[in-house]
Amino acid sequence: MRKYSVFAIAREAMRGHKGWPEQWSSPEPKKSYDVIIVGAGGHGLGTAYYLAKEHGITNVAVLEKGWLGGGNTGRNTTIIRSNYLYDESAGIYDHSVKLWDGLSQDLNYNVMYSPRGVMMLAHNVHDVQVFKRHIHANRLNGVDNEWLTPEEAKAYCPPLNISREARYPVMGAALQRRGGTARHDAVAWGYARAAAARGVDIIQNCEVTDINRGPDGAVTGVETTRGTIGAKKVGVVAAGHSSVLMQMAGVQVPLESYPLQALVSEPVKPVFPCVVMSNTVHAYISQSDKGELVIGAGTDQYTSYSQTGGLHIIQHTLDAICEMFPIFTRMKMLRSWGGIVDVTPDRSPILAKTPVSGLYVNCGWGTGGFKATPGSAHVFAHTVARDEPHPVNAPFTLERFRNGRLIDEAAAAAVAH
Amino acid sequence: MAQPFRIATAGRLGKADPVRFTFDGKSFEGLHGDTLASALLANGVHLVGRSFKYHRPRGMVSAGAEEPNALVGVHRDAARRAPNVRATVQEIHEGLNAVSQNRWPSLSFDVGALNDLASPFFSAGFYYKTFMWPKAAWERVYEPFIRRAAGLGEAPDRPDPDCYANRFAHCDVLVIGGGAAGLSAALAAANAGARVILADEQAETGGALRYETGAMIDGMPGWNWAQAVTADLAARDNVRLLTRTTGFGYYAQNMVGLVERLTDHLVSPATDQPRERLWQVRAKRVVLATGAIERHMVFPDNDRPGIMLASAARTYLNHFGVTVGRNVAIYTAGDSAWQAALDLKRSGVSIAAIVDCRPDPQGPHVEEARRLGIECLTGHAVTGTGGRLRVSSIKVRPVSGGAERTIACDALLTSSGWTPAVHLFSQSRGKLAFDAETQRFLPGNAVQELVSVGACAGNIDLGETVAEALKAGHEAAGGVARKLPKLAADSTERWSGGMLGAGEGAGAESTAKAFVDFQNDVTAKDIRQAVREGMRSIEHVKRFTTTGMATDQGKTSNMHGLAIAAEMLDRPIPEVGLTTFRAPYTPVTFGALVGHGKGRLFEPVRRTPMHDWAEAHGAVFEDVGQWKRAWYFPQAGEDMHAAVARECRTVRQSAGIFDATTLGKIEVVGPDAARFMELMYTNPWQKLGVGRCRYGVMLREDGFIYDDGVVGRLAEDRFHVTTTTGGAPRVLNHMEDYLQTEFPDLKVYLTSTSEQWAVIAVQGPKSRDIIAPLVEGIDLSDDAMPHMSVREGMICGVPTRLFRMSFTGERGFEINVPADYGRAVWEAVWAEGEKHGACAYGTETMHVLRAEKGFIIVGQETDGTVTPHDAGLSWAIGKKKTDFVGMRGLARPDLVAPGRKQLVGLRTRDPKTVLEEGAQIVADPDAPVPVPMLGHVTSSYWSENCGHSIALALVAGGHERMGETLYVPMPEGAITVEVTSTVFFDEKGARTNG
Repeated sequence: MRKYSVFAIAREAMRGHKGWPEQWSSPEPKKSYDVIIVGAGGHGLGTAYYLAKEHGITNVAVLEKGWLGGGNTGRNTTIIRSNYLYDESAGIYDHSVKLWDGLSQDLNYNVMYSPRGVMMLAHNVHDVQVFKRHIHANRLNGVDNEWLTPEEAKAYCPPLNISREARYPVMGAALQRRGGTARHDAVAWGYARAAAARGVDIIQNCEVTDINRGPDGAVTGVETTRGTIGAKKVGVVAAGHSSVLMQMAGVQVPLESYPLQALVSEPVKPVFPCVVMSNTVHAYISQSDKGELVIGAGTDQYTSYSQTGGLHIIQHTLDAICEMFPIFTRMKMLRSWGGIVDVTPDRSPILAKTPVSGLYVNCGWGTGGFKATPGSAHVFAHTVARDEPHPVNAPFTLERFRNGRLIDEAAAAAVAH
Repeated sequence: MAQPFRIATAGRLGKADPVRFTFDGKSFEGLHGDTLASALLANGVHLVGRSFKYHRPRGMVSAGAEEPNALVGVHRDAARRAPNVRATVQEIHEGLNAVSQNRWPSLSFDVGALNDLASPFFSAGFYYKTFMWPKAAWERVYEPFIRRAAGLGEAPDRPDPDCYANRFAHCDVLVIGGGAAGLSAALAAANAGARVILADEQAETGGALRYETGAMIDGMPGWNWAQAVTADLAARDNVRLLTRTTGFGYYAQNMVGLVERLTDHLVSPATDQPRERLWQVRAKRVVLATGAIERHMVFPDNDRPGIMLASAARTYLNHFGVTVGRNVAIYTAGDSAWQAALDLKRSGVSIAAIVDCRPDPQGPHVEEARRLGIECLTGHAVTGTGGRLRVSSIKVRPVSGGAERTIACDALLTSSGWTPAVHLFSQSRGKLAFDAETQRFLPGNAVQELVSVGACAGNIDLGETVAEALKAGHEAAGGVARKLPKLAADSTERWSGGMLGAGEGAGAESTAKAFVDFQNDVTAKDIRQAVREGMRSIEHVKRFTTTGMATDQGKTSNMHGLAIAAEMLDRPIPEVGLTTFRAPYTPVTFGALVGHGKGRLFEPVRRTPMHDWAEAHGAVFEDVGQWKRAWYFPQAGEDMHAAVARECRTVRQSAGIFDATTLGKIEVVGPDAARFMELMYTNPWQKLGVGRCRYGVMLREDGFIYDDGVVGRLAEDRFHVTTTTGGAPRVLNHMEDYLQTEFPDLKVYLTSTSEQWAVIAVQGPKSRDIIAPLVEGIDLSDDAMPHMSVREGMICGVPTRLFRMSFTGERGFEINVPADYGRAVWEAVWAEGEKHGACAYGTETMHVLRAEKGFIIVGQETDGTVTPHDAGLSWAIGKKKTDFVGMRGLARPDLVAPGRKQLVGLRTRDPKTVLEEGAQIVADPDAPVPVPMLGHVTSSYWSENCGHSIALALVAGGHERMGETLYVPMPEGAITVEVTSTVFFDEKGARTNG
């Protein structure tokens, strides 16, 4: 891997940037690998990277049916935070935030992690109780999260409307200063490049059509649109399609998939300094480095694999945005799109071994997957490499839906997280 | 001279009134009917903006919505500032105030242009490769710098005083686009009797007929025909004609979003006139007649002001009467641009040369050009341009190689052909098909009820376009085949030819800046670099280079970018893929999407029938869902604490009156009602006597508490179910879901009655005395109407369902009366109450009183992880029941494991300390982080009646910890607490009959 630096750029500038090598190659699949990761999103590519870097397993392929980073990795609103309620969640998301800090240097790829603060607004007495509960639990877990009065919230985010006359006046806010955003595509590309540099094969346009198992039931590889590929271990990291893939090995995964929409405005000069989320009025917003307001909308009510959604969802989101930030009514929506969120019954992910030997699954991140990318990839690599979970992901089993040991962040956070 | 580039004999504005406007503070004159772009061009102004990344000087490229360059701020007043307005779309009006963007200190001298000098460093994706050292500098130095440099216009800084409107409409045929095709389709559909809506984004219909002077339809010049048809359609009852209206999004079930711009072109719109209106049109059939978008040529330095699309120059000349230069050159790979030279030449403008990269273009336009004495350099290419703030020359050389020659000019018109505007078709989820011969993506099979006609369907012949559009409109309206209308239509113009990708001088070895995407400053070499770096999908190329991601969403550039990537990859274009078309087609104002849904109308405010009474009596309200609920009723000099303490005292000493209207109410009726209730709630219901009530607990499938409420049995087949305030809609949905999917054999009907009943709770030892004088036909004695019973009768002369129940632990009643009578009955009860010293109380006192009794509130004591056992409600589970929703979930190992968090009471060691709700509970306050946590405080209040603070909490293994000392660690130190029973007051429950 040619190291990226300002000097490398200067050198390339002299020759019209024609000397940059491929960030990742596009090899033909080999006959077999030690590990196959299905799904080249941030989590899958990151898993391959940490398998190589932390566990010395480099005979790895990442199979992707489309283009890498083209699923939810490239469709989310890039919010990063870790102020989750339960110990298990705070554990994995904070593990992730710690890896975000320094990820650019680790990957030698600027993922633009920008800890500009994530502020969650409380609009009623119930919100206040819930946020205080989070803040206390976070403090005792060593996760930063602090309470702001409406005036303090306004000082942190000047466009915010804190009028008592608002339909749902702001009663305060929970602020995680280390929260923020990152450049989503760069995360996928950075992991892809760094994994490829350590010998991982990234194979795009290669759809897995079956999971092969030997006489003992253990995984032996996969069937793909580009032929049979053998593997000792297979890790499925395919978001909403994970349930379909796991079914191929006879494993039931309780996932439901919903369209979730987002939109951006036209770019403008810096006007919005942080990330603001409101669960009560259903909206979240930040401003990208390019200047666009990045706005997350809600999910459609019905399950679907269609990466689109209804206009009424967008309208309701913009109602909420303009209610909280009345200066934005004259801004214009530039582009709206949809992703598919894969949701488990307790809104927490599954990161675990499965009943099938050599088969592992990482899915069910719902609306919270992007922020978890490094942490999830890191502990999933551990799980695959050692055939046992890392302490951080040990609670996120498949069995919990059977034994009831749930980690119900939805219950704790009400809606989107 | 005013408007030196206006040609009096050209265009259609004729003797229109002059209009004064300003651009960057300088005053100009234009004509009524001008766009800002045409008016500036009439004054010889090409330089209107700076590009996003390199801050290169830029002028108008187009004359329409596809404009990538000419973005300005329009400031009507301090509060009405719109950034990123396309000058090619904005109509001028007297006093219009426009300013350029993304430049400092001025448009002609912009310090940011230093970026252009440093551009060798700022290649595609350079920021992924640097700004990483030192680590802290990203957040503190680099990112703030990048953010300031990026962005285009300035966001408004104060609330928008304008209003926006929203309408829904249905029609038989919706036609998008009012050019020759759209008008023909609308005309045929209207003639066949259909209800038609025709939307066109321009101020006037006509589309390409604005400049296509060679078109004749129905014996008239095309433009005249368009205006005649438009007038005809506008006069019809079955046609709605919407100009300045963009079809921006195609949604499911043939719903199309349109946005109509109503006031931006007016001098002084009325303050109550909506600025824009959103139309959500559901059409039986949609006709897409969205035309095609001309592409520019990609060659070195193709971005200087004065370089624009050939069709744009024709529009400015033939419609607005403005020439874009005095000595104009043309560079093309297609036929249509030749016509621009002919039009200009005939208007007396000098043509420097026509450069066509094709070796031997043929046709009447070529012959005509030669006849007019224009220098025609076929088989030549433009390989560079000169000029700083305006193009002043071009470099030309033969494609086959040879000497380069410089030709002076003050404008350069380019065209590399036409891209069908398939945006809406693609949004409708129809598949596009690539036509290799013409190098175009065309509509394939439609998946919704729509048809594409004219240029957007790839048709470049006017006669055929009109015929197919008439047919489409006629058929969409259900017209019979033999009555298919016909119109004579023909054009002398030719639209063939064209090329995709980089031209001469911008090939693989070139280091020149040949722009593909003007606004985002993406060049052909950036795209090649992206491919070289491994970006093989067009989605990767787009995201890496940002091509097609600017405010124009790549309308002029996407096909070029795709072609360059395909060439680099040596693969056919369709294999490299096409980026997804997403709504909106052009940017849509947030306000238009919000419509009336702001301020008070953001979400409906729900008020109970007694709301005004409470307000008049000084109540402070809290938001609970959409409801406003009276929170407490402070008297003079009282703060919240004092008011709540008084209310709590009064209820237990005499009585209190509480508005419980917001509780959800569901009428469960039918022969199987009791069986259904058995399945939906944990409790047994079959044996509940008529006239009796029971507290019901509802679980989700997973065994956790979902809702609760008191249920009264009014008859064998009729239950009056109450739910929590917030739970009303979801509990009904939950019940319906099970009834329809799991228990469809049960004969049960569910009706929400939340809005039908006003509910007045009268609680306290004097409650019976208060209501007794008002009630008719119900025996209120304890024997006749014991605690937890329900009777129907009359109160104050109106029918009531009277519940004897208590959420305070006191003797209590809940009077349900038809909502319209709520206020009158409340006032009557209040009058009686005053005689007994009763008070009105709000939700805070309700919370305190129930907490004194250890009654839970779902959503406060529970959070979706609490079982009935955890909440101390095991008694509410029917022991002999064989099934109910959640029964299996409840049996899962972890839900019956020891150590679960269970509901307990807490007393602080210092009785005056009131814990914070949400605070955590630990065994060891000195443990290091992460501190093991046992649970949290769910409710906490000062209890006036107990004389000490009380709290409820969920604590791990709590039921086994009675009497244990635990700690509530706060930032300022730990608070010592003792685990107690959840019941703090009247443990025996004697007072319900007291």
